[in-house]
Amino acid sequence: MSGTLAGTGKLIRLVLRRDRILLPLWVLWMSLAPVNFVSMTEELFPTAADRQEYAATSGSDPAFLALFGPLHNDSLGGIVTQRLGLVPLIVALISILTVIRHTRTEEENGRRELLGATVVGRHAPLAAALTVTLAANLVLALIMTAGLSGSGQPGGASFAVAMQFAVCGCVFAAVAAVAAQVTVGAGAARGVAIGALGAAYLLRLAGDAGGEGNALAWLAWLSPVGWAQQLRPFADERWWVLLPAAALTALLVAAAFRLSARRDLGAGLLVARPGPGTAAPSLSGPFGLAWRVHRGMLLAWVAGLAVLGAVFGGLAQGVGDALRDNDDLKDAFTRLGGEATLVDTFIASGMSIVGLVVSGYAVLTTLRLRAEEENLRAEHVLTGPVPRVRWAAGHLLFAFLGTAAAVAAAGLAAGLVHGLNSGDLGRELPRILGGALVQLPAAWTLAAITVAAFGLLPRLSAAAGWGALVVFLFLGQFGALMGMSQRALDLSPFTHIPKLPGGDVSVAPLVWLIVLTAALVALGLAGFRRRDYTV
Amino acid sequence: MTPVISMSGVEKTFGQTRALDQLDLSVEPGEVHGFLGPNGAGKTTTIRILLGLLQADAGEIGVLGGDPWKDATELHRRLAYVPGDVNLWPGLTGGEIIDLLARMRGGIDPGRRADLIERFDLDPKKKARTYSKGNRQKVTLIAALASEVELLVLDEPTSGLDPLMEEVFRQVVREEAGKGRTVLLSSHILSEVEALCDRITIIREGRTVETGSIQDMHHLSRTSITARLAGAAPPDLPGAHEVQVSDGQIRCEVDTDRLNDVLGRLIAVGVQNLVAQPPTLEELFLRHYVDRPADGAAASAARSGSMR
Repeated sequence: MSGTLAGTGKLIRLVLRRDRILLPLWVLWMSLAPVNFVSMTEELFPTAADRQEYAATSGSDPAFLALFGPLHNDSLGGIVTQRLGLVPLIVALISILTVIRHTRTEEENGRRELLGATVVGRHAPLAAALTVTLAANLVLALIMTAGLSGSGQPGGASFAVAMQFAVCGCVFAAVAAVAAQVTVGAGAARGVAIGALGAAYLLRLAGDAGGEGNALAWLAWLSPVGWAQQLRPFADERWWVLLPAAALTALLVAAAFRLSARRDLGAGLLVARPGPGTAAPSLSGPFGLAWRVHRGMLLAWVAGLAVLGAVFGGLAQGVGDALRDNDDLKDAFTRLGGEATLVDTFIASGMSIVGLVVSGYAVLTTLRLRAEEENLRAEHVLTGPVPRVRWAAGHLLFAFLGTAAAVAAAGLAAGLVHGLNSGDLGRELPRILGGALVQLPAAWTLAAITVAAFGLLPRLSAAAGWGALVVFLFLGQFGALMGMSQRALDLSPFTHIPKLPGGDVSVAPLVWLIVLTAALVALGLAGFRRRDYTV
Repeated sequence: MTPVISMSGVEKTFGQTRALDQLDLSVEPGEVHGFLGPNGAGKTTTIRILLGLLQADAGEIGVLGGDPWKDATELHRRLAYVPGDVNLWPGLTGGEIIDLLARMRGGIDPGRRADLIERFDLDPKKKARTYSKGNRQKVTLIAALASEVELLVLDEPTSGLDPLMEEVFRQVVREEAGKGRTVLLSSHILSEVEALCDRITIIREGRTVETGSIQDMHHLSRTSITARLAGAAPPDLPGAHEVQVSDGQIRCEVDTDRLNDVLGRLIAVGVQNLVAQPPTLEELFLRHYVDRPADGAAASAARSGSMR
């Protein structure tokens, strides 16, 4: 084994050198932002009475439970822990990207080969990537523990919150290590690992939405994300939950090394099968090509969003049931219009999550333009008699209509499941589908921002697209909580999306978003026609 | 006849870097034109301008009688391009990509396609992700060669091919040239250029330093002579360079157009034996590639290094 690990130390230094800015940045940001969150929450809920009110209303609102996870305790720390519920997922996502960046991406680009010819054991790159990522997660947990206890929180509970982050980061770093062995392309490896993260989140969401002790609560125990929350910081921490997390991480790491030992460099376990020797008649131009390039991912996203929609639809009825046991929440909602309102609000929140998720697809698919340009595949098409705008249109068709298909799948699945559960399919299906479709203008705006960057500042395309999504996500999740002005919140297209079913519809903002989208796309395409091909 | 490609005084700057500086290039109809230059000289930038992928900052450019930037789509029907760095769509098979690229240019001759696939020994059913660099190059070569176009633009098209395939490539390019097609061939492989090209253009640091037929180039270069003389070497040999005399032996580099004069003077002294090395394109190439041609040390260092 020692031979196969030769050179790991040097590779660790190489990984640290390449990530010398990114790594400290995310470790510090992810560990210190939650500390800042304590004082923000304290300002928002200064007295015990405020916090109890939060616990009785928002804190046990099924949409909140589904999105963030359970509220174990109505202390300041307990509320902070619940509201931080999504952040460990970001840590998990970054860990996945880091591991794959230093393993499968290197192999795909042939740089791994360069190293393989030197005195570097076959397992060394994997060992180096995992060592750095796991260590970064532990450092993150230590800094966060110090920060939280420094701001006056109990040490044990602070450590438990920090370990929620580290558990997610470490488990999914190991998942990524396995994915990098199984698939051939880095893109596919990212897809597999992020898909696993999505499934884990969905299981936790389904298990938690009905509140503590509901019939589906066991689902959360199937998910590493659920384990992290079952650490129960500030509410008699359950330390033993760290054991299954550590065991799963160790198991996955061992599996990754076993797989790595059994395959050839550059190969995966999923072997590419031969295909047709001639092209079907449909593959004869930029649109046929775009379909082949995008169809796999489109089908996966449509299926994934249908599952997400079905989960929301399936939970909606249970939400109404849970309400009957909670007098405070019931009062609040009765004043707003009764049980039906609560169910609607839950579904509407679900649809806004669908909107955020599908925006990720919109940005990802639009960035395909830039990827094709950068890796020179676009050259093959653009040196044929294909105008630049037609080539771009092939890909943008999927960014825009693919997004619509994915949103519709989520809306249809949610409407179908909830309609059948509630026995009023004819009424629920169109309402819920409408709630899904109103998300489109926001998702399209993100695609359009990405197109504009692609046309005008091609090298910043990815930064602009993902950056805008992160900023809008931040404004939506934390903006109001941090007391930001309405003007700032209005910057996000998601602020303007009506909460359907049940909310008021105002058409004007939707029309404006579509006009803005069209203008940004036109600007981007005009820029692309005029600019140089940029590698 | 109007040239198929004409560039004069072309300039292109990326940020602070001047990639092309007064570049001239002229390719006549039906000729195979070699385009040479060291790495980073601006060959790919020139080709990207010819293909309308980049817009030149200054200069006159014509391709097939049109402006490659403004009339890109129309011109692209009449030309095919094979890049040096070939990336393909990993999920498509080689056969699918050949068909796709050819169909975009207006169709493919199925017989020619089958013939080229057989000669280049390509398995068209394999997914592109499993192809080696050479096989990826074959895919774009077959797509370009099987298309009915007037101009082939080839940017180091054989850098991944084995010697057997390189030979197939030469045959196929000769066939294309025989049909009257024009070929612009950027290459580092001098034997390939010498075997295929009618005329060549050498560029360095974004500037054209030499252009003409290979025969012309040979006149510009020098023949190296080693001779054992019967008497004392003549003190003065116009046209000879780097003259070294020791033990009745003389070594020198002679301008090829002054060869007759120099040999005449040596024969007048009496020649006991003579070795003459003909000028090679390689030598010419090196003279233009090395940073300071006047710097003898750099030149000989480069000469002793390996060349393909």
